[in-house]
Amino acid sequence: MNKRRLLSLGLTLVLSIGVLTGCGSKSEIIEITNVSYDPTREFYEAYNEEFKAYWKEKTDQEVTIVQSHGGSGKQARSVIEGNEADVVTLALAQDITAIEEAGLIEAGWIDEFEKNSSPYTSTIVFLVRSGNPKNIKDWDDLIKDGVEVITPNPKSSGGARWNFLAAWGFADELYGGAQDKITEFITKLYNNVIVLDSGARGSTTTFVENGQGDVLIAWENEAYLSLKEHPDEYEIITPSISILAEPSVAVVDEVTKKRDTAEVASGYISYLYSDAAQRLAGENYYRPSNEEILQEFSNVFDLNSRLITIDDFGGWEEASKEFFVDGALFDQIYSE
Amino acid sequence: MKELIKKTKGKYGKKIIPGFGISMGITISFLSLIVLIPMASIIVNASGLSFEEFIGIVTEKQVVSGYKVSFLCAFIAALINSGFGVILAWVLVKYEFPGKRILDGLIELPFALPTAVAGITLTALYSDKGWIGKIFAGAGIQIAYTKVGIIIAMVFIGIPFVVRAIQPVLEKLDTQYEEAATMLGASGSKTFLKVILPEIFPAMLTGFGLALARGIGEYGSVVFIAGNIPYKTQIAPLLIMTKLEQYKYADATGIALVMLIASFLILLIINIVQSYMNKVTNN
Repeated sequence: MNKRRLLSLGLTLVLSIGVLTGCGSKSEIIEITNVSYDPTREFYEAYNEEFKAYWKEKTDQEVTIVQSHGGSGKQARSVIEGNEADVVTLALAQDITAIEEAGLIEAGWIDEFEKNSSPYTSTIVFLVRSGNPKNIKDWDDLIKDGVEVITPNPKSSGGARWNFLAAWGFADELYGGAQDKITEFITKLYNNVIVLDSGARGSTTTFVENGQGDVLIAWENEAYLSLKEHPDEYEIITPSISILAEPSVAVVDEVTKKRDTAEVASGYISYLYSDAAQRLAGENYYRPSNEEILQEFSNVFDLNSRLITIDDFGGWEEASKEFFVDGALFDQIYSE
Repeated sequence: MKELIKKTKGKYGKKIIPGFGISMGITISFLSLIVLIPMASIIVNASGLSFEEFIGIVTEKQVVSGYKVSFLCAFIAALINSGFGVILAWVLVKYEFPGKRILDGLIELPFALPTAVAGITLTALYSDKGWIGKIFAGAGIQIAYTKVGIIIAMVFIGIPFVVRAIQPVLEKLDTQYEEAATMLGASGSKTFLKVILPEIFPAMLTGFGLALARGIGEYGSVVFIAGNIPYKTQIAPLLIMTKLEQYKYADATGIALVMLIASFLILLIINIVQSYMNKVTNN
C-alpha cells in the first residue's frame, strides 16, 4: 500500500512539473539551425550567446540555435538533400549558389545583406615553423627546390580554391599575365605539395600534429587558431599578394517559410553586422567587414598586403570553369 | 523420424519450425530497405548518364589510376590479412594464456572505432615524425603518405574479417585429425599444409574476400594516411568525393557503380570457388 502511495505521489510530482514547464514556455522558444563550415565553430559559439541576449531583449522571444559544422561543400549538399537549415554560413558563395539552384534560396541572395552577404572575411596566409628555417617570405619561395608545401586539394575542398587563386593572383602579377609562365609557376608550386589533403582541417592536422612540410597555406583565421594553441612553434607570414576570401551567409527561404522562422533567421544574419558581432569576429581572427572595426584589429592583421578578389577572376563560375572542373587547369598540373 | 517430418509438412510445404512466412517477409523488407533499394538507387542515379558519358567518366586517366591504387592496395592488404589472420586465429583458438579474452576483444576494435579516428591515429604513428614511422624513416623507408601507408590502413580495417571467419572453423576442427596425422608420421608443417589448411581454406577465402571488398571501398581511414597525390596515392573513393564537391552526383555514382560491380564480382567468384572446393572435399 505504501509503495502505491509513493508511486502516485511521484506521478503527481512529475505531472505538475510538466504542467509548470508548459506554463513557463508560454513566451515560446524558437529554434533555428545554422549550418556552417569547419573553422567557424569558435566564432559562432560566442556569437550565438550574444544573439540570444539581443533577440530576447528586442522581441522577448527565447531563441535556441542548433549549430552544425563540416566541410563547406558537404554541408551545402546536406541542406540540398533535406537537412533543414534556417541559415547557412559557408566558405564560398558557390556552395550557397548550389542551394539556390536546388530551389531552396531565392535568387539575388548575395545582395540581400551588405558586402556581398559576407559579414566577415579572411585571407590566405602562410604558417611556417618557428624561426622560419626555410626563410619563406612570399609565394615565389614556395616553388624553390626542397620546400615542402601542405595545402588541400582545391577540387575536393571548396575552401582550398581560395589558396589556389591567391597563388595564381601572385603569379599573374609577377609575369604580367603571361599564361604559360603562370601555369609553370602553379605547377611547380603543386609539385612541392607533399600531402594533398581532402580538406582544410586535414591539412592543418598534417602540418601541425604530424609535423609534415615546411609551410602550410592556410586561411588566416585557421592559422591564428593554430598559433594560439602552439604559440612558440609557428609563425604567420603574410604574402605580398593574397585574396580576399569572402565566406557567404544566407537565409534559406524555403525552410524558414515552412518553419515560420523567417524573421528570426533574417535577424540572426543582420546582427552579424552589428558592432558587437563584428568585434567578436575580429577576436576570433576573422576580418570584420566593417572598416572602422577592422582598424581596431590592425595590430593583429597585416593590412598592408594587396588583396585581389574573386571578381578579378570574373566570378566563381568563370574561375571554376577555367581551373577546377574536370580536365581544367588543375588536372593538367598532374600527369602520370 | 523422416516420415514424421514429411507428415507434418502438409500441403503447402509447412516446415517443422513455424513462422517461415513472417520471417521471410521481414527478411525481404529489411534487405530491400537497407540493401537492395539503396543499391538500386546507385544504378538509377548513374543512369542519368548516357552510355558514352559513363564510359568517358570511368575511363578518365585519374579515375583509372584511382581504381588501380584502391584495388592494388586492397589486394595486398587482404593477402597480408589472410596470413596474419590465420596466425591470430590459431593463437586465439589453440592456446590458453592470461589476457586471452582481452586480446580476443581487441580483434574487433577496428570495427568499433570510427574510421577517421583510425586514420588520424595511424598517420600520427606512421608518419616520419611518429614513433613507429621514425624507426623506418631512419632506414630511409617512408610509410605514411605512400601506398604502404594506404595498405597499413586497409590491413587495420580488414583484419577482423579474416580472424572472425577462420576462428569458428578452427574451433570445430577435431584434434583427432592432427593426432592421426602425427601418428602416421607427418611432420608439423606437413600436418598443417595437408590436413589443417584444406579445412580452413574456404574460411580464409571468405575472410580474404570480405577484407578485399572492404578495403576497396574504404575512405575514412585511408584518406588521412594517403598523400592523396593524383596518380600516386589518390584512391577511387576520394575521386567520388571530388565529384560530389562539384555537385556532379551522376558522375560520382558512375565511379561508385564500377566499384560496386567489381566488389560484387570478386565476392561472387570467391563463393563459386568455395562451393567447388566443398564439392571436391566432400567427394
